[in-house]
Amino acid sequence: MTVEHAPEPPVHRTGYDEATRARLADEAAQIVARYPQARSALLPILHLVQSEDGYVSPRGIAFAAATLGLTTAQVSAVATFYTQFKRHPNGTYTVGVCTNTLCAIMGGDAIWDEVADHLGIGHDETTPDGLVTLERIECNAACDYAPVVMVNWEFFDNQTPTSAVALVDDLRAGRPVKPTRGPDQLATFKEVSHVLAGFPDGHANEGPSGGVPTMRGTVLARENGWAAPELTGAAAPADEPKES
Amino acid sequence: MTTLTPVLSKSWDAERSWTLASYESAGGYAGLRKALTMAPADVVTTVKDSGLRGRGGAGFPTGMKWSFLPAPDGGPRYLVVNADESEPGTCKDIPAMMASPQHLIEGVIITSYAIGCHHAFIYLRGEVVHVYRRLLEAAREAREAGYLGSNILGSGFDLELTIHAGAGAYICGEETALLDSLEGRRGQPRLKPPFPAVAGLYARPTVVNNVESIASVPAIVQGGASWFTSMGTERSAGHGLFSLSGHVTRPGQYEAPLGITLRELLDMAGGIRAGHQLKFWTPGGSSTPMFTAEHLDVPLDYESVGAAKSMLGTRALQVFDETVSVVRAVTRWLEFYKHESCGKCTPCREGTYWLVQVLKRLEAGRGEPGDIELLLELSGNIFGKAFCALGDGAVSPVVSGIEHFREEFEAGMHTPADVLFPPEKSALFEYTPSPRTGAQLAGAH
Ligand SMILES: Cc1cc2nc3c(=O)[nH]c(=O)nc-3n(C[C@H](O)[C@H](O)[C@H](O)COP(=O)(O)O)c2cc1C
Ligand code: SF4
Ligand code: FES
Repeated sequence: MTVEHAPEPPVHRTGYDEATRARLADEAAQIVARYPQARSALLPILHLVQSEDGYVSPRGIAFAAATLGLTTAQVSAVATFYTQFKRHPNGTYTVGVCTNTLCAIMGGDAIWDEVADHLGIGHDETTPDGLVTLERIECNAACDYAPVVMVNWEFFDNQTPTSAVALVDDLRAGRPVKPTRGPDQLATFKEVSHVLAGFPDGHANEGPSGGVPTMRGTVLARENGWAAPELTGAAAPADEPKES
Repeated sequence: MTTLTPVLSKSWDAERSWTLASYESAGGYAGLRKALTMAPADVVTTVKDSGLRGRGGAGFPTGMKWSFLPAPDGGPRYLVVNADESEPGTCKDIPAMMASPQHLIEGVIITSYAIGCHHAFIYLRGEVVHVYRRLLEAAREAREAGYLGSNILGSGFDLELTIHAGAGAYICGEETALLDSLEGRRGQPRLKPPFPAVAGLYARPTVVNNVESIASVPAIVQGGASWFTSMGTERSAGHGLFSLSGHVTRPGQYEAPLGITLRELLDMAGGIRAGHQLKFWTPGGSSTPMFTAEHLDVPLDYESVGAAKSMLGTRALQVFDETVSVVRAVTRWLEFYKHESCGKCTPCREGTYWLVQVLKRLEAGRGEPGDIELLLELSGNIFGKAFCALGDGAVSPVVSGIEHFREEFEAGMHTPADVLFPPEKSALFEYTPSPRTGAQLAGAH
């Protein structure tokens, strides 16, 4: 038998100053309102915590627990299950090199070696300036752009060792960086975490519809006059109701 | 010759294709307008008659899944869209939602109407921030235009839509793990039955469908079932996104009728990269047993791929040429499954760990006699004995790799994979490899 402790009042549990706590509490309430049951808000609230602290901090765990009426152990058990939730402070930029099979073979392993060498750090390590956290990532649903690098979960397609090294140099030098398929300017880890908590940052209309591989079938079909059968009703059986 | 049939991808290259204005000017939301004039049950029947099968991997008939929901009891019923796309090689839903999120939103509204759902969810993997931005914006635009919220287009039908970002876990693509994750828990699969149709989200009747399945619904409703069945084969109807990646000249998304072959798709994609030949490929992601050049003419529909001892899966066609070591590829895939195993059941948690141990020594050229039998035995201890389909999927690359390329695994008992297949020959760029540990090991033999 374990003894269950009721969560203590939030004011004692969270290490945030009052203004921060109030802002987080307001946003957490907006998150909770999106769901029929409050606990569903846990993952977005952990993204919210990361947008404040750059990782799932002890005070963030306490905040999430107090908000949802969970124990800190329950929150930690969830947080540690998911790779996007960081257990120690993350760099301003997470540079993820896809080393799943397809990207690895198309050159991802070579990119990984080069970037890790260049930065002098390994998986889940951060440069001393606190700017870049390096990760080996799994397939990110962009295999037609292999080899792929993700920075703060934005796409950097068709990379080479040279382009990836230039990318991390730009990040560390504070030069503007633009994802291949994403916003005009790369956001920080904390900013992106705020979006993942479900708060739009106003950049949805930037960037392309997709890159060349995304459009290949679309363009090829048009060039050749290939199409699916016409949609406008002709093929619909007569017994179906007409459009009003 | 089979040709392409763009439906979802038809307007992806339009100016700002992701906006509502662009979607509407290409005829978007005609399906919803028509659906709202129909009885919900008739929408279900239309989708049933169309023969649409789940595009998330298993190919279960979509309309039939909807009809499994128990009769309304006055309580809520949910639609949850599976947008977790993480199966290695699978890269169709993410570009589809980036280029045209309204396709999915319209599908969500029609499906919710059909099944009597008033709060739908899209569970998006968290590692694609720009897609999340586009989905949030698409929902905002749809709401403003009266497609979401209360009394949609004056029909009296109400629908809330929550778009939820996950946090990095392949297993959350498994539908019951997804539901646990959406409930704010560790994403671990649930025992089935009960199936989600009976007890899903918050233990309420729930339909879980893949992005592409739901995005296909508006055109089916608009065109009618026979429009859809005029594409594809008798039992694998309609159009689907085929994603070509790897050693092909022009990788990318090709939307075609089910039943097209890799040979036909390769023709369109400019063939294998210049100067090379096809060696092996996956028909539907890494969890589907690999194929070789022998299978170039297998029609890519559920039945034909099944008859050829693999699965259509997600139509993730990962193509590898003769420079690639099968042992290296399989080892890397198994490292993925080991990493992503949720740990709930022993065969998968321990089995993937041991498979990786054995594969790694074979890749390093330090395999031991009996290792191939050991791999097959370990696979046999996982297949059919794991709690969810991740376990079964994990052994597919091992078993099919040994079946087609046993000699490469045998070579792993004395020669490192990177000596037999220098990795720099497979890369898409030129580079000077660093001194090779494998080569040094080989020299030591
Ligand atoms: C390990 C694992 C991962 C899965 N990942 C996904 C996924 O990312 N997207 C998806 O739609 N289905 C995925 N599935 C299949 C789902 O469990 C489910 O069958 C599917 O979402 C049903 O939708 P559909 O009938 O429209 O295909 C996965 C299954 C397993 C076992
Ligand atoms: S098969 Fe693997 S992923 Fe599925 S429940 Fe068992 S341990 Fe978890
Ligand atoms: S393997 Fe790298 S994005 Fe799919």
